[in-house]
Amino acid sequence: MNKKDVIICRCEDVTLEDLHNLLEEGYTSFEEIKRILRVGMGPCQGNTCGQLVQRELAKFTNTPINEIPTHKVRPLITGVKLKAIVEATKNES
Amino acid sequence: MKANIVIVGAGISGVAIAYNLAKKGVKEIVVFDDNYLSGGATGRCGAGIRQQWGTKNNCILAKKSVEFFETAQEELGYPRDIEFKQEGYLVVATTKEEDIQFAKNVILQNSLGIPAKVLTPEEAQGIVPHLNLDIVTSATFCPTDGHLNPFKVTDAYYLAAKRLGVKFFYEEKVKEIIVKNKKIVKVVTDNYEVITNKVVNAAGGYAKEVGDMVGIDIPVYSENHEILVTEPIEKIQGPMVISFSKNIYCQQVPHGSFIMGRSDPDMPKGHNTDSSWHFLDEMAKTVVEILPPIGDLRVIRQWGGLYNLSPDRQPIISDVKELPGFYLACGFSGHGFMFAPMTGLLLSEIILGEKTTLDTTDLHIDRFKNSDFKDYEKSVV
Repeated sequence: MNKKDVIICRCEDVTLEDLHNLLEEGYTSFEEIKRILRVGMGPCQGNTCGQLVQRELAKFTNTPINEIPTHKVRPLITGVKLKAIVEATKNES
Repeated sequence: MKANIVIVGAGISGVAIAYNLAKKGVKEIVVFDDNYLSGGATGRCGAGIRQQWGTKNNCILAKKSVEFFETAQEELGYPRDIEFKQEGYLVVATTKEEDIQFAKNVILQNSLGIPAKVLTPEEAQGIVPHLNLDIVTSATFCPTDGHLNPFKVTDAYYLAAKRLGVKFFYEEKVKEIIVKNKKIVKVVTDNYEVITNKVVNAAGGYAKEVGDMVGIDIPVYSENHEILVTEPIEKIQGPMVISFSKNIYCQQVPHGSFIMGRSDPDMPKGHNTDSSWHFLDEMAKTVVEILPPIGDLRVIRQWGGLYNLSPDRQPIISDVKELPGFYLACGFSGHGFMFAPMTGLLLSEIILGEKTTLDTTDLHIDRFKNSDFKDYEKSVV
């Protein structure tokens, strides 16, 4: 299958070709790649792309996959509407 | 290893200084950063570019930086889009005092060639239709302010500097700067020892600690400022909306998501960058009050980053009389990203002993030796 047609990150439409191009340029950590391609920054927070990027990094750098650092996990666990948060603060007091 | 200059910190200030020095022909420049590319304050900032300031220095630094950003894509020869969107900053006043202060600010800004203007609440709503007019008393608007992608601009400077021969070392912490007879002789990191007599402190949130390494007390401190981002939607907001009295800035970035932040008056000083539920609550309440329809958007992520605050909320870009060869680019007070082109240019001029593009007297660290330093920048969230 053509690398252009393999989706790595569904949230941000990143393909395997995009990822490989960046690896060739010398960006070989998840955090660096995230800052340029936005992998892991979408609504799924890297649940899809996280392991795929990790696997590609392991292959490219010839490193065991368990030694490839994962990206920083940030709150929130799932998307919450801002007005729902406002409503919740009213019920707290 | 030997170096003509060692730069501590590869955030936007460090890469801009490296690029400007290299462009002027300086060889053997080495940059150390204890993190990955854009891992510090630069990569955590609100991505805004603003010229509407309350002090002359900040206005000029911002204006000249915008002029650079307008040509940065070509000048830095960057293959990806730096996402410079000039659709303005709408500065919202909510009190009589702010009406008066902002009108004064616009007079200052106009005198320096910044095309800001005062708007009625209705005119402001013409620019941002979902603005809640119940709380707006007036506004000011500058159409050439805007947004820029911090990751991409840092990457662009980094790549351009690298092409000019600058050596970068990431995940490499500077542990010690050795001074002998009031002269810098060596920089020691985890894995290297570099012989040099010039060091630039562009360490962002850790600028004070780098000053302490050479016994120079820099009057700055760091503080966590939190941000959140929403899911992306179709474009509904052109400018950044900012209010100092309501304590909010909020913009829709070209990607489609909304980025917003506010400061916490009770935040303790320090290097913590944790995310808090308290911020999430207060941010949600503030944005829903000022821009009600944004309440329908889902929050995707939140994070924190360090402001490095100076006593007058203006940067320190200077040499240090007590230690020749030690240079400072710190204390940006939350605005180091948008001033970076001028930081890079001015500090390279200072280091090379050239005539500076601007008078840098009021950016010198020595201004704090008198407690009556002139201007305090109030236009800070």
